[in-house]
Amino acid sequence: MLPLSGQRLDAKGIISDKINSVETLRGSSTVKRGFAHMLKNGVVMDVTTVEQAQIAEEAGAVSVMVLDKLPSEVRKAGGVARTASIRIIEDIMNSVTIPVMAKCRIGHVNEALVLQETDVDMIDESEVLTPADEFHHIWKWDFTTPVVNGARSLAEALRRIEEGASMIRTKGEPGTGNVAEAVTHIKKVNDELRTIKAIYDSGDNQDLVRIAREFKVSYDIVQQTAKLGRLPVVNFAAGGIATPADAAYLMSLGCDGIFVGSGIFNANDARERARAIVLATTFWNEPDKVKEAQKMIDERQSMIGLDVKTLELRMQDRGSSL
Amino acid sequence: MSINVGVLSIQGDVEENILSAKAAIDELKIDGKVAEVKTPDEISSLDGLIIPGGESTTIGALSLVNGSLKVMKDKIENGMPVLGICAGMIMLSKTASDRVIGTTNQPLLDILDITLERNSFGRQKESFEASISLDSIDIPKFNGVFIRAPSVSGVGSDIEVLSKLDEKIVAVKKGNVIGTSFHPELTQDISLHKYFVSLVQQQAN
Repeated sequence: MLPLSGQRLDAKGIISDKINSVETLRGSSTVKRGFAHMLKNGVVMDVTTVEQAQIAEEAGAVSVMVLDKLPSEVRKAGGVARTASIRIIEDIMNSVTIPVMAKCRIGHVNEALVLQETDVDMIDESEVLTPADEFHHIWKWDFTTPVVNGARSLAEALRRIEEGASMIRTKGEPGTGNVAEAVTHIKKVNDELRTIKAIYDSGDNQDLVRIAREFKVSYDIVQQTAKLGRLPVVNFAAGGIATPADAAYLMSLGCDGIFVGSGIFNANDARERARAIVLATTFWNEPDKVKEAQKMIDERQSMIGLDVKTLELRMQDRGSSL
Repeated sequence: MSINVGVLSIQGDVEENILSAKAAIDELKIDGKVAEVKTPDEISSLDGLIIPGGESTTIGALSLVNGSLKVMKDKIENGMPVLGICAGMIMLSKTASDRVIGTTNQPLLDILDITLERNSFGRQKESFEASISLDSIDIPKFNGVFIRAPSVSGVGSDIEVLSKLDEKIVAVKKGNVIGTSFHPELTQDISLHKYFVSLVQQQAN
């Protein structure tokens, strides 16, 4: 059953509609968050072309994310990274049956509206693109299309959920082929969840108020999250995943699924690697199967990774700190 | 006798179905357990199976890889009750066709003689909630949550139609096999899961 904390009844994204004589409700929290629930235990793959999207679908990806450039290429190219070409997004939507997502810049309401009109299945308000607003994120309750946001901590995740995010992905450091930051972020979120759950179980409501103030979110969302002991929306891991073992490791840390950015289509064995990462995500708790998946790839074909300590651009730090 | 209900945990919203099925078992005071199942061995010891919502192409491809597809088919053909939700109903069908892409070449269980259209109501923005009824199984009112949902446009003579939304068929039954376009596990209403676990119990005894 779906936890519904943070349901806003005044959200403009909720639309009363009709299918002939049948009354329907679109864009409700159940429908938007429910979409993310259908992706669970799956892999969402970054793609830039129709061919890559078809490889992803054949490999068993649950969805594709359309970008103009893969995160590692964004890193190399510099300049301003914006949402992908609408024509390419539409071509991909017309060539695969799985859901299609696309990224917009942080705070860029109108890029998000363009993507909603394009009919993508989910919008990613993403730090991989250059932020358009350094002080605000998008008010996502006004969208009928669900939106996913990145987060590095429980506080960031809850702030995004209060703005209407239907799904969270821990950020990691995109385009590096280095899983270390993704591991750090998911462990931090887990640790903070355990802490607030313990406070909730102890009955110390005053301490939950303190947490809410520290997190800069409402008491209600802290209380409900603490009661659940997990995020009230689906939470995927992202940023730097390059191998089947990386995927299995993040699943073992309690993620609901995986986003793979540059790791697949920047490698020289993309087709095999895409299949192998899906296998390792599904069978993450069966070491023999993860080994078989890892055997499908060749480490010499992996993307060349980057040490996060030496990076000039840390994508995870971009956008409003609130 | 204690019943053993499994939720196929290849991909999709497994946990939500486990919670709903457990709540149903508790409320009906049935002796039984609910667990996730993935391997052929786990599936072969089941009395009833739920195939959850998710991506049917992913669930099909991966259940083929580890051999669970074949075991499921054998068990279902030998009378094991099964509830297929959204992607699960697609898995139960003979052939699937996408509204935009056309016929898909995906691994299916080929149990239900139905003509099925994937993404029948449109993409995610068109996903919706609507009140539906399943009168023939005594569920007069149910909040149907339809997420990029499939629908059934034609049924074979052995298929009972449980529910329609406008002109589209959204729930079907053949013996112990049930398929729904909508997601009962995303609501607090466990009546459909209760109906299913009762079926499992009757069959097991």
